[in-house]
This record gives sequence, C-alpha cells and structure tokens, in this order.
Amino acid sequence: MKKLTYSVSLTLLGALSSMAWQPVSAQKSSTDAIAEYRASLQDGNPADLNAARGEAIWKTARGPNNVSLEQCDLGVGVGKVKGAVNTLPRYFADVKRVMDVESRLVHCIVTLQGFKAEEFTARTAFSGDGQRATVIEDLVAYLYDESRDLPINVPQGHKEEKASYARGKKIFFFKGGPYDFSCAACHSEDGKRIRLQDLPNLTKPEPAKAAFAQWPAYRVSQGALRTMQWRMYDCFRQQRFPEMTYLSPTSVDLITFLGVNAKDGKMAAPAIKR
Amino acid sequence: MKSILALGLMLISLSAYSQATKPQATKAPSNKEIVANLKASFNERGAAKLDRLDQSDLQTICSLAAESGKPLPAKVKANIEKKVLASIPYPADGAYLGDWKEGEKIAQNGRGLQFSDVVGSANGANCYACHQVSPTEISFGNQGPSLLKYGTLRGVKDPTSKESEAIVKYTWARIWNTHAFNACNGMPRFGDAGILTPAQIKDVMALLLDPASPVNK
Repeated sequence: MKKLTYSVSLTLLGALSSMAWQPVSAQKSSTDAIAEYRASLQDGNPADLNAARGEAIWKTARGPNNVSLEQCDLGVGVGKVKGAVNTLPRYFADVKRVMDVESRLVHCIVTLQGFKAEEFTARTAFSGDGQRATVIEDLVAYLYDESRDLPINVPQGHKEEKASYARGKKIFFFKGGPYDFSCAACHSEDGKRIRLQDLPNLTKPEPAKAAFAQWPAYRVSQGALRTMQWRMYDCFRQQRFPEMTYLSPTSVDLITFLGVNAKDGKMAAPAIKR
Repeated sequence: MKSILALGLMLISLSAYSQATKPQATKAPSNKEIVANLKASFNERGAAKLDRLDQSDLQTICSLAAESGKPLPAKVKANIEKKVLASIPYPADGAYLGDWKEGEKIAQNGRGLQFSDVVGSANGANCYACHQVSPTEISFGNQGPSLLKYGTLRGVKDPTSKESEAIVKYTWARIWNTHAFNACNGMPRFGDAGILTPAQIKDVMALLLDPASPVNK
C-alpha cells in the first residue's frame, strides 16, 4: 500500500511539474492536468483493502459479548448490509432518533458487542498521519462497498427525518467564528475553487449527488480512508469552528440535508480522491 | 451600528416569520435552536472556543439572507455598509504600506485560528485560496476577483501621493472589514476580527499597491 501511495505521489508531481511552465492564464490546462491525475488514480483503490478487512471484522465475534455484527439492523432489516448506507441517515424507532451510518454502526458495536460508547471519539475513529486504519474506517468501507451503484434515497417520511433536514439546512447556511464562514460560503456557487481544488455547489442536485455518492473516500494525500463524519469534522476545522464531536447532532443533521439533496444519485463510495 | 443591525435582523426575521405561518410540513427551527444544536456538537480545542458559535448580528443577518436565496434588502445593505465604513480605524501615523515580500508570505499562509493550529502563532491571510495575486503563483482560487496588477490598474504610481490616497484608504478598509463595501460578501474581516495585525495588513497592502511588488509588474 505504501508503494502504491508513493507511485501516486510521483504521478502528482509529474502532473504539477507539467503545469509549472505554463502561463498563468492556462488555468484550463492545470485543470486538465489535475483531471488526468485523478483519472490515473482510478486504476486501483486502496479502499478495497479497507473493505476486505472491514468485512472480516463485521463477521468476527468481538467485544465483551463476543459476538459479530451480523445481527446489526442498519435500517433495512437485521443482518442486511446491501441497500443500507444509501438510505441513511434515517429514523430508528429503537433509539427514537435519526442516525447516520457511523452513528448506527457504533450503536450496534455498543449494544451487540458490549463496547463502551465513550470509546468512540474523533481521536479513535479517525486514523492519524501514517497510522493504520481504524476499525470504524474499515467497517465503513465495507458497508459502503456493499451498496456501490445503488441509488441514494435518504427517507423523509418520519417527522424526525424532516426536522433533521430542516436543522441541517439552517446549519449549512450558519455563518460563525472569526472568519464568518458557513458551509454555503464555499459550496453554493458553480465553478468555484479553493486554490486549485474544485468546490461542489451543494445547493444544486447534480453536484450534490456526485459529492454525496463519493464519500467516504480514500484520500491519497493522507494515505487513509476518510469517512463522512471525518468530512464534516474537517470542513468545520477549516471553517474555524471548534472541534466537532464524533456522531454529534449537528453532523447527523447536516448529513441528512446533504443526503436528501442527493436523491437518485448513484453510490460510488468508497471513492478515491487526491 | 448595533441598532441598524438589529433593525435588519428584525426585517429578516419578519419575512422568515411570514414564511413560517404558511402551512408547511416542518416548521423551520429558530436560530436559537440551531445554536443549541451546535453547542451540543462541538468541543473547545486550542484557540477555538464554543463562543465562536454565538453569532454576531451581522453573521445572523447574512446567514438568513443566504438561506432565503434572496439578496439582502437594499436599505439594510446600505445601512450596514455605512455603519461598518464609519467603524474602520486607519493607521494613526498615515503609513499604509509595509514590505511586499512579507505580504507575499502572509498571502501564501493558510494557517490561523483553526483548532489544529498552534495557539499564538502568526495567522496567515491565505489570499491565494480565493484570489489570483502574484503572476508567478498559479495555484490560486476564484472565490474572489483576480488582484493581478491591482495597483497598476488603478493608476497607483506613488502610493504615498495625494492622488493615491483614496484607493489606498479604500484597500485598507476593504481588508479591515469588507462589509463596508458589499455587506454579506464572503471575505473574512481581517482587521476587524483580529485575524491579521495592523502591521501584517500593511505588508499585504504593499503586495497589492507597491509599484515594486510582482503584483504590479
């Protein structure tokens, strides 16, 4: 895996150096070079390894109760994995609230296997620089891989699901902190970039579908699989907000908002990104 | 400033209220409810304390306007701009320009005020995230307009001259608190919010206005 990351970095260097001599006005060419680099990544996705490990973890008896996660109900029936993540977040009657993929996964790990809920935080769920993948990252990769190509259909039938969406929408537009940033500050216009990084306009159906479909993703520059919770966490970091709590109400509501807006997109996660 | 902002807030809240009274499946949550939701969802870390989730009146007005998808009412916008412009402090010694080489470093630096940043380290301005600035840097964003030849295009030959005073003061104010000119636009308030020190702003000013700066070559 290390070797793969290395060769990919070389490709990036190649792509960047081929850009360097071009005049500044040649933004289109830089974009092309980056597109080429991205295309070159599609050959092999290290997230396949996460997913394979995740499947093994899912089926292995673990924890104080020494059981597997195969009796977990992800919202489409006990023990069913396929077709689950493309319909989350959703309302769960057993806990009387809306849960996203990671909230429900941790719920199963705690209630079935007997692990303690407080063990799951941003520090334990997300791998650090150069660290091996966490159990959560591997399990998430597996769950998404099983629903690849399925249509996104985050439900809005229950009043709690509607309320979650309504809160998520307001959170999306909420400006705060010393920089006055909101999600919308970077994600509500077409054709915008930060440096050379394209920003999806998440207020429009097509880019909203593409963005939701491609998370979680293997981040080549970080050598790690990054989950949807991580995506929220790291956006808020750059927004200059305080540190988002793993599985927090804000994160679930925002993921509901993004998921509902991505209706009928086709799941393509775990994807691979720069 | 406070009273004008409060008036704007009231106007926007009223329009939100009239929308909420229409029959709807789900009532839009109040801003108070959202702040409570956020405060239950974040931890203080480094320089990033929970009070960052308490909005200023301006942040509330701009958030509600963005959410409504409609531009800010012209009167509210003009009032904000007038009040903000009147609130901007200018350098007492009349010196506006520092060192453009330092300004370039500040423009490149994207660190500052994130919970992951070292507390007390100098903040950057990260101008390139959103603007084209010097011609040699090709990795620039497009959230904001290009600043290439910023001084040249505005006829600045000697930034200390009387003829340049208006554009120099405008640039200072624009960086200090951008809402003086286009209320609710997306640029941070670099001076007003204490992101950059006055000395750092002078360096960025030099990058934009010094005829010797690569920006103006």
